[in-house]
Order: sequence, then C-alpha cells, then structure tokens
Amino acid sequence: MKWKVRVLVRLKEGLNDPEGRVIGNALKNLGYKVENLKVPKCFEFYLESDDPEKDVDEMCRRLLANPLIHTWEYTIEPVK
Amino acid sequence: MPKFAVIVFPGTNCDFETVEAIRKAGGEAERVWYKESIKDFDGVVLPGGFSYADYLRAGAIAARQRIIEEVKELAKEGRPVLGICNGFQILTESGLLPGALRPNKIPRFICRWVHLKVRDVNTPFTQLYEPGEIIKMPIAHAEGNYYVDDPSRVRIVFQYSDKEGKITEEANPNGSVLNIAAVANEEGNVLGTMPHPERASDIHLGSEDGLRLFKSMVEWVKR
Repeated sequence: MKWKVRVLVRLKEGLNDPEGRVIGNALKNLGYKVENLKVPKCFEFYLESDDPEKDVDEMCRRLLANPLIHTWEYTIEPVK
Repeated sequence: MPKFAVIVFPGTNCDFETVEAIRKAGGEAERVWYKESIKDFDGVVLPGGFSYADYLRAGAIAARQRIIEEVKELAKEGRPVLGICNGFQILTESGLLPGALRPNKIPRFICRWVHLKVRDVNTPFTQLYEPGEIIKMPIAHAEGNYYVDDPSRVRIVFQYSDKEGKITEEANPNGSVLNIAAVANEEGNVLGTMPHPERASDIHLGSEDGLRLFKSMVEWVKR
C-alpha cells in the first residue's frame, strides 16, 4: 500500500534556534509583533509500506531527527 | 610504522593536510574513499569539510554510510578514532561520541584562531600535552555549538579559553555548553575536536600546537 507522508522535525523546547531568532528579528524590523519564531524542518514523501507508522517513526529516530535535540510529528494519508 | 586511514566523503576537505600532519608526526597515512575498507589500519581520522554538503544536519548523512560500521568496529577494538570538525559532527551523529553539534549561537560561519585549555591529557591524542596547558588552533565552522544534556558525564578534552586560560563567555566562539571544544568517549580512544589540529601543525601556518595531537596518536599506537 502507498502512503503520502509529511514529517515535521522541531528543536526541543528551550533549545536556542539561531535561524529562527534571526528571521523573527527581521519580521520585527518589518513592523510585525512576532515572538518566539521557530524553523521546523518539513519532509514530504510517498512511502510504500505495510506498517507506515512503524516505518516513519523509525526513519525519524534513525535519520530525519536527532532524538537528543529534536521532537517530531507526522501525518500519514493513503494515496488513492 | 603505524598506519592511519583518513576517510574521504563527498565534500570532505583538509584530508591532504591531515595526511601530511600525520606523516610529519611520524606515522603513515592514506586517504581512503568512503566506499572502500579501513580494516587494515591502526587508526582512523575523519577530517573536516562539508560531507554531503551538510544537508539535513552537519555529518548526518555521512554517519549513516557503511564505512562508519567499520569505524565503530575499530573503535570497539580500542584503536584511535579522531574526528576533526565535520568529523566530530559525524562522530556525534553516529553515536560514537555523546552530544550534538548545533548551528553557532550567532548563525554564521566562523574562521579564526582560538585559544584552548587542555583538560584531559590521559587520551591517546593528548598524552604529549601538559595538564591545563593553553594552546592555539584555528576553528572554521558554522555548526560547532556543542550541546549535551548532562555535561558532567562528558569527558572534556579541550575548552575554549582566553590567552590566560580563563574559561569565559567572551572566549566561547559558538555558544558551546561549558565552552567545550573537544570531547572523548569514556574509554578515551575516540576524540572529536572542532578546532583543526592539522591547520596548526607547522610554524609557517601560525602554530605547531596541533602537531602534538598527531604525535601523541602515533606514539600511542607504537606502544
């Protein structure tokens, strides 16, 4: 069975996100009241699998995220 | 004569300089493409650079290549494994060293000389240094901000310091926890360093302080 997967990998709460800070400051300079901007990484792909939950979680642990500094979430939809 | 493999991934740099520094330190060294084998070597060095263009996270893709399984075997046998800069990032990503290297606190590439305090002289890489000695080496990285949840459990080898050896916030170039610049595994035979010892291995480069790291490693294997 084929699935469409979207994974979001975020830095754990409390960890400094320098890229987010710089982009947040740039938006502030444009006059917007932005706070605490973060830059999560998004991965989108199609996956052929009988157990997509297990495979996607394993992919996050093994490569897409670094469990020491990241958390992750994902959505999995069947492809018609 | 001890023979070291210097592993080359797509995007590696400083590999020739590392080979040269090991030779100058009295060892033999050879560049090894990551698809080849390192089974016949006495030790291994993962040099600097931008393996796989630092895509995903610095060192992440290189850390999942088959040759890293051989590096793990070699480390388990107690042979020296040295990771310099991108090599350090590969060692943390592969789990051979604790912690992670995150983008610098101020998110830009830094390339300059730093002072380091030698904290641990009981490793194969630092036995020729004096405890507490202040040395000079260059750094060149965008992701050198060392993070670990419990720094008290980490074997700290070098710390960023000022000229006098004081560990201050001003002397910390990248935001690393406790000014950490280099760490070893529990056994001491795996070392990751953000500063580049090979770029400080000849007086004409500005310092010879890094050469002793390679000399230590070569002598340790000879024992």
